[in-house]
Amino acid sequence: MQLEEYIKKTRADKNILLMTHIVLGYTSLEVNREVIRQMVENGVDLIEMQIPFSEPMADGPVIVKANQEAIETGTKVRQCFDFAAEMTAAHDIPFLFMTYYNILYQYGVEQFFKDSKKIGIKGFIIPDLPPEEGEEFFRLSREYGIDPIMIYAPTSTEERMKYLAGYGSGFIYCVARKGVTGKQTDFDKDFGSYMKRCRNSTTMPLAVGFGISSREDVETLVGIADIAVIGTKTIKVVEEEGIDAVGSFISSLR
Amino acid sequence: MTKTGYYGNWGGAFIPEVLYETFRELNTAFEQAKKEPAFWQEYTDLMSTYSCRPTPLTHAENLSRHFGGAQIYIKREDLNHTGAHKANNVMGQGLLVKRMGKKRVIAETGAGQHGVATATMAAKFGFDCTIYMGEEDVMRQRPNVFWMEKLGATVVPVTSGSKTLKDAINEAFRDWVTDMDDTHYVMGTVCGPHPFPEMVAWFQSIIGMEARKQILSQFGSLPSRVFACVGGGSNAMGVFQGFLDDADVELVGVEAGGKGLESGQHASRLAGKDGSAGVAQGYKTMFLQDGDGQMCDTHSVAAGLDYVGVSPILTDLWEKRRVRFAAATDSEVMDALELTMKKEGIIPALESTHAFVQAFKEAGQLNEKQAILINMSGRGDKDIFTIANAFDDPSWKEFIIGKGAEYAA
Ligand SMILES: Cc1ncc(COP(=O)(O)O)c(C=O)c1O
Repeated sequence: MQLEEYIKKTRADKNILLMTHIVLGYTSLEVNREVIRQMVENGVDLIEMQIPFSEPMADGPVIVKANQEAIETGTKVRQCFDFAAEMTAAHDIPFLFMTYYNILYQYGVEQFFKDSKKIGIKGFIIPDLPPEEGEEFFRLSREYGIDPIMIYAPTSTEERMKYLAGYGSGFIYCVARKGVTGKQTDFDKDFGSYMKRCRNSTTMPLAVGFGISSREDVETLVGIADIAVIGTKTIKVVEEEGIDAVGSFISSLR
Repeated sequence: MTKTGYYGNWGGAFIPEVLYETFRELNTAFEQAKKEPAFWQEYTDLMSTYSCRPTPLTHAENLSRHFGGAQIYIKREDLNHTGAHKANNVMGQGLLVKRMGKKRVIAETGAGQHGVATATMAAKFGFDCTIYMGEEDVMRQRPNVFWMEKLGATVVPVTSGSKTLKDAINEAFRDWVTDMDDTHYVMGTVCGPHPFPEMVAWFQSIIGMEARKQILSQFGSLPSRVFACVGGGSNAMGVFQGFLDDADVELVGVEAGGKGLESGQHASRLAGKDGSAGVAQGYKTMFLQDGDGQMCDTHSVAAGLDYVGVSPILTDLWEKRRVRFAAATDSEVMDALELTMKKEGIIPALESTHAFVQAFKEAGQLNEKQAILINMSGRGDKDIFTIANAFDDPSWKEFIIGKGAEYAA
């Protein structure tokens, strides 16, 4: 089942879905395994797994550090695939890969699609690959049936959004504000008009991420977005309160 | 036809969506400026009154005699304001920032030269200025940090990654995606997403234009070879552009050989065998990376050459065999520096000295009726701490220990 269909179907029973983000290999794949188990048990609807990259340009300090430490402790792309295969087999929700383009480029872009397809990965989020540079990528995503998730930013015009939507499928990832991951977001008037622009430009479901960390944040998004994305906050919860706090944190969000 | 922003297979603009509009604006402003002869005129006027353009071309007679081969000519970018070619690019982008009506500039810096140049430009034009500098570079180039701060800039030490130039570039991008409306990112070299490589090369082309004219009038014909050090590649592109169409002029880029090409501790993306094609920091070029695509730690005695990537324009010229690449090791650099100081009374920056090393290796292969040209990208007296340290100079150490005691008291 393609992501869009899954999201629309799941949304029939829930007023908003949750997508969580984890950095593979941080602090270890064992920790990832337990965190994901708790996430799924507590009702997370989709999970994006970030394959660490040494130059995560669009990420903020917490995720940058997680990327760096994951690489320093020896996390390899190969292991990320093996781990992802285990997760998609164990859990009945869609998993996506998030990473930067160089990881695909070194792996071999087509091989990356092939292997991802084989292990049941449903979508890719590649923040440094605009459609202008992604000819091969977008062709392969159609060929292999893996959804390329397009990103909207508050600086995107409606015209640009429509153009981007033409390349994407599954859902749209709306970056809630300017800046990198990890800082708190103000859901102000500008945010409202931005989300209207997003809605007008596509019929795909909308996910909103960057700075979403609490039940209040998630509630604000009900009726505006289809998916709330929780990124940095879960890393902080694990760092500050330990792995066992993940489950109750997730269940507190909705 | 090649795609916009591509040089053969290299370049592009791998940027996050949030910067799309900003780049569109920048491209428009740059395309417009390129079309207006008045803009270039304003730029050269500024450079001849605020900096020292045209910079001289010096005939290094003693060195020429010493090697007994080609006549050695040195293009003196060290005589620019702030002591390096970096000023050319920075002042040019400053004029562009004025046109775009932005009020704040940010920049990455490795050696600190680009940071200092940007800070002077910001002071002159009345912009706010933030400079990102790897923590390791803050340590090795402390005097430049002092000057940037005194010039009114905020210097942010970058503690992520390898704490050098590439990490400073990432941090500058993170600032820019947060605050693009009134901020311009003054990229310091011919790297990064389009239009930066083209824009920086355009401003730096002033070096080659002058050098070509100067060598024709002083020596009477074109040089056989032109040497330039290559960090990101801006001074090299600057001087090479004066000779690209002269098929008989051989162009030689010299990268940081660090502790040797076999040591794994160097920054030679093209001269050695360790580089491979990749996409990072917004562009496609040859990077020093592992099989997974993770960037490696690089090493050079010269902070300004200590970088994982290289200009996509140079990678293309390398692939097309128009530019030949060589590497100079840290220790060869120290020897060439000492010789240049003793023979000519000229103190090249450690970065620039890499070009001297290769020129010295080749001068003897040519005869005295031929000339070679070295682009001296910057002056070395600003590197006094690094150079004194590399020479392991005893009286300097004594001085520092004494100063330390004085401050501690
Ligand atoms: C004096 C000097 N030369 C060369 C470089 C290397 O840069 P590029 O290769 O862009 O000229 C630097 C960079 O900081 C520098 O300060």
